[in-house]
Amino acid sequence: MVKPEVIKVIDYMVDVAIIGGGPAGLAAAVSAHEHGAKSVLVIDRNSWLGGILPQCIHDGFGVEETGASMTGPEYAEMYIEMAEKQGIDIMKETMVLQFDKKREIVAVNKKGLHKIKASAIVLAMGCREKTRWNVMIPGDRPSGIYTAGVAQAFINLYNIMPGRNVIILGSGDVGLIMARRLKFEGANVLGVVEILPYASGLPRNVVQCLEDYDIPLFLNHTITCIDGKERLEQVTIAQVDGEMNIISGTEKKIESDTLLLSLGLIPENELARTIGIEIDNITGGPTVNQYLETTLSGVFACGNCLQVYDTVDVLSADAKNAGKNAGKNSAIQKKDKKIIAKIVPGKGVRYVVPQIISEPGKVHLTLRVEKPGESSVLHVVAGDKEILKKRLAWVNPANMIGVDVDIPHDITASTQNLEVMLGDR
Amino acid sequence: MIAERNITCIICPIGCKILVKTDGIQFEIVGGNKCKRGIEYARSEALDPRRMLTTSVLVNDGEWPLASVKSSKPVPKEKLFSVLKEVGVTAVKAPVKSGQTIIKNAANTGIDIVATKTVLTKEAN
Repeated sequence: MVKPEVIKVIDYMVDVAIIGGGPAGLAAAVSAHEHGAKSVLVIDRNSWLGGILPQCIHDGFGVEETGASMTGPEYAEMYIEMAEKQGIDIMKETMVLQFDKKREIVAVNKKGLHKIKASAIVLAMGCREKTRWNVMIPGDRPSGIYTAGVAQAFINLYNIMPGRNVIILGSGDVGLIMARRLKFEGANVLGVVEILPYASGLPRNVVQCLEDYDIPLFLNHTITCIDGKERLEQVTIAQVDGEMNIISGTEKKIESDTLLLSLGLIPENELARTIGIEIDNITGGPTVNQYLETTLSGVFACGNCLQVYDTVDVLSADAKNAGKNAGKNSAIQKKDKKIIAKIVPGKGVRYVVPQIISEPGKVHLTLRVEKPGESSVLHVVAGDKEILKKRLAWVNPANMIGVDVDIPHDITASTQNLEVMLGDR
Repeated sequence: MIAERNITCIICPIGCKILVKTDGIQFEIVGGNKCKRGIEYARSEALDPRRMLTTSVLVNDGEWPLASVKSSKPVPKEKLFSVLKEVGVTAVKAPVKSGQTIIKNAANTGIDIVATKTVLTKEAN
């Protein structure tokens, strides 16, 4: 047993501490350093940097940002090199246990317990995959059921095949990419099951990951039962109606030994919740102002723990913004910012980030619509005053929309909500 | 033989179903594309479909058992599995540097297979 007195407590002071060394944390670190922070520390619980990127071996990363289509590992190495060149401190295999309102972080690793006092903190913890228990699939509990990302790590990092005859539930991009990956490694991919009437991943992935290899896509279908004693033996799929109710009599049994779940992602915010940072129920991430500062002063949020992004390019751009503001914040401590207006999603809009306007001026909004459509107009209104109108050729929940809006000074006095909504042309 | 087929455009998320008439040499758009960019996509997809290939290769004595790899150029679709087969029987010794050529002229396509990940040598315990 370890005696209490041998636990070593190591104290640090840093300008900016970043929790999470994935793409968001690395981009925020590089940007914080470029904007005035002298000491920047990135803390990650894994033994490597880059988060999920090293297992995302497909290409398509960095196209918007650099013009070149990179693979995940290449994109990660680009940022790791930048961080190393800037002399950013890295603590790997280190778990942050908590932080308090004075921004004192408690973290643990093999060397002992660490207390890190930071002028600004950037949250970049990423997200987790939804599991079978988030959607409550009935049936047995055999082995052979994995989230798509875990199967991706098995195949691409550890050289382990998760199974041979595979069904995938959920047509998000990770599910589609895993269908092709499994096919490449010699597995039989029996189909991708999607409850919605359309694929939730990009058309590009539907074409290049499913259609290229004649992998069936079962739209308006879900899994109603899992059977298997030790290992998965079969799943039952059934059709659903417009209200997503199972249509009885449409059940079909498919023999398979492996089920991959690609059901969506949940921002990881236990640390933020514990300290009382306000969380947006729809994004699952902290409520932030236009500086990506949470409701706790000096604590910023970025990456997939703020909202789940479609592309790393857009994620990095926003994370740099968070890092920049954290870097400036650590250089000049600002007084608490006010809330002058809240931004709320209106008709056809699922959510908007940021949720709070603290100052008038140019603000970058990111948002998602509720369902796919063509020829829409995006409106931003304050009461009966329209402050932005933008025509969109198409909208899709799978594609985050980014717009810049100029928040006028007269909003300040009224403290009214800004509504973001879709209208017909 | 000239046959009609549907090509799903991947240029933007609308995903137009473009109907084309082609025999692999001749090419004609029947309809379905909402914009001009769809025409070029449908032509290349009908006459010479190619895909970037990304997979992984075995690494001996590395800190990771695999290094991720990519094709240096898009591979003709019908050659994908020949290239994959060659990658599957290849093993390299650590260290591997990202950008390093792993296979030259894979499956006689004239296309190389290049590492996309740096894998250092495993430290002896």
